[in-house]
Amino acid sequence: MFKILEKTALNPSMTKMVVEASLIAKKAKPGQFIIFRVDEFGERVPLTIADYDSEKGTVTIIYQKVGRSTMLLDTLNEDEYILDFVGPLGVPTKLDGYKKVAVIGGGAGCAIAYPQAKALHNAGVYVDMIAGFRNTDLIILEEEMKAVSNNLYLMTDDGSNGNKGFVTNALEQNIKNGTDYDLVIAIGPIPMMRAVSELTRPYGIKTIVSMNPIMIDGTGMCGGCRITVGGKTKFACIDGPDFDGHEVDFAELMKRNITYRTMEQTAREKECRLIKNVEVN
Amino acid sequence: MTNMCPTKTPMPEQAPNVRNKNFDEVASGYTVEMALNEAARCLNCKNHPCITGCPVSVPIPNFIEQVVKGEFEEAYKVITTASSLPAVCGRVCPQEAQCESKCVRGIKGESVSIGRLERFVADYHLQHADEAVEKPESNGHKVAVIGSGPAGLTCAGTLAKMGYSVTVFEAFHTAGGVLMYGIPEFRLPKAIVQKEISTLKKLGVDIETNMVIGKVLSVDELFEDGFEAVFVGTGAGLPNFMGIEGEGLIGVYSANEFLTRINLMKAYKEEYDTPIIRPKNVAVVGGGNVAMDAARSALRLGAENVYIVYRRSEDEMPARNEEIHHAKEEGVIFKLLSNPIRVIGNDDGKVVGLECVEMVLGEPDAGGRRRPVAKEGSNFVLNTDAVIIAIGNSPNPLIRSTTEGIEANAKGCIIVDENTMKTTKEGVYAGGDTVTGAATVIKAMGAGRNAAKSIDEYIKSK
Repeated sequence: MFKILEKTALNPSMTKMVVEASLIAKKAKPGQFIIFRVDEFGERVPLTIADYDSEKGTVTIIYQKVGRSTMLLDTLNEDEYILDFVGPLGVPTKLDGYKKVAVIGGGAGCAIAYPQAKALHNAGVYVDMIAGFRNTDLIILEEEMKAVSNNLYLMTDDGSNGNKGFVTNALEQNIKNGTDYDLVIAIGPIPMMRAVSELTRPYGIKTIVSMNPIMIDGTGMCGGCRITVGGKTKFACIDGPDFDGHEVDFAELMKRNITYRTMEQTAREKECRLIKNVEVN
Repeated sequence: MTNMCPTKTPMPEQAPNVRNKNFDEVASGYTVEMALNEAARCLNCKNHPCITGCPVSVPIPNFIEQVVKGEFEEAYKVITTASSLPAVCGRVCPQEAQCESKCVRGIKGESVSIGRLERFVADYHLQHADEAVEKPESNGHKVAVIGSGPAGLTCAGTLAKMGYSVTVFEAFHTAGGVLMYGIPEFRLPKAIVQKEISTLKKLGVDIETNMVIGKVLSVDELFEDGFEAVFVGTGAGLPNFMGIEGEGLIGVYSANEFLTRINLMKAYKEEYDTPIIRPKNVAVVGGGNVAMDAARSALRLGAENVYIVYRRSEDEMPARNEEIHHAKEEGVIFKLLSNPIRVIGNDDGKVVGLECVEMVLGEPDAGGRRRPVAKEGSNFVLNTDAVIIAIGNSPNPLIRSTTEGIEANAKGCIIVDENTMKTTKEGVYAGGDTVTGAATVIKAMGAGRNAAKSIDEYIKSK
């Protein structure tokens, strides 16, 4: 059982939780993930670690309420417990040896992009942070991202923050203006990661993307998280979650990730009814 | 009086067309009367060849002798001098290739049904024994066991009985390894596994779940924490795929994933959140026990047509005869001498078929099995909405890739001394699938038991 020490709503759909997990906190590195299970009947869900404090023994996760499991997680409050919390899984992002990096986050992906930017910034690397959201109300971690970057570019799809466009628009402009990035890290929805990878390909800029595929054990047993990278089968849980964006077969990944979408929707409706019933009672 | 009936006392089981629609156990086990009847078939012969066929050397004639006397608890005590998990072994051991293959009664007729008797004794104990288990006196030494499958649990149980303080680290949220995630409920009820595990806990074994050793703690850190020896029983690793077109389509599962969703994550039960595709037509690729488990599970999820696609003939199938027999009875269709060459998908990326080619058997290969050769122009398509790949796996890489000094062979199997199960790193022992590649529960248990003996000698000699 893992105690929730803090719970904060970042926007209407995203929540931050600080969880007591001292052993995981001691070993965690940027890019790694945990798997949680809310209760006996729950799924095992992977979430990339958003932050960790080895002194305090805490691990921070940020999740978007998109499916039954994240909604169920969100019913828990401070001082309550998550049944299972296992990690740190996956290979940490290799951040050594870079001089000028663009760290790109899309929506909830900013929660994972932020610790990468922080680690690079703390190591003295020049960091441009580019973050994209659907609208201004959904913006999260603005101050935090600003604090760990040389420049923060905040984009909104609808322009409601006064800066209309996609993250790729900002990245392209910077590259065209002569910013010589030696690494681009893109974390967010698959179409965004694909678009960023396509943009950087002709410039030959190394591009790392972070995968969050279907997974059960997270230790290399089930094979559910397999993706095709450079024509070879790779397992996101032990070979990743980071991969070379120029090598990933995004089309296959997008299809595989929606395997259970209809079931997810049914489950979510079931959950909504559950919550509604509780409220009525 | 010896019962000279040439055949085994039949096992009561659910009718095939009933059981293929539920996950309840297929065989319900001997009654007292049946057990007495079968035990009386044992000649208690002088050389007891059956024991030599058992990887953990259960004193078989001795326990059967107790059954004959109606002393079932005594029989249980005899079995547990050698086996830590009798209710499991009685169900999933390939007895026909082990103890029963050596039985004198098998020369003229059928062998004594040692497996069914073992299961009877273990179940009798679980139903009748009082809860108290005597906890052995501690010898003050600490041993860590990584993985709570059959190898790890046996190693832990054996050491605990010697007085060691044993901690078992399990990566999943539930202990049991392949007994929980792999072998289906209808062959091995999970309540039985958990009862066996609770017996080990009463012996003083501490089980820590959600602990991925190699990530959250390293093997070296376990030594720093005061463990004097470490046993690695991390089992199956990455599932093998065929490397053919379409393996990334929606509806292609590894058998590990398909079975884990059903067994550990209980996707077949309404109250669990685990999603699973419930296919109408399924092709299971492979000819081992895991393939049979996957095929029979698919039937129970409601599939109408379930195919086993295997590139050799039935004679070469590695699955137990009993499993093949059960699968056929339940309606699994065997497409033998058929080799998959492509998974076919639709525009949504979903599986709609499996293209295969017919095979003929050619010359025997190095292992003595006749090598299948494709028959040109014999391609055919099975219309399926799911394909389950059950062609084995490579050992779990997490420990060897994160621990210096543990050497593995080209296939990724940890290298050990076959007698002592000692790895190339001092104080570290290993056994089970992580050493052998995919094998049986009882072989893993044998390795766990041998390792426990070596660990005992190692610690005492320090």
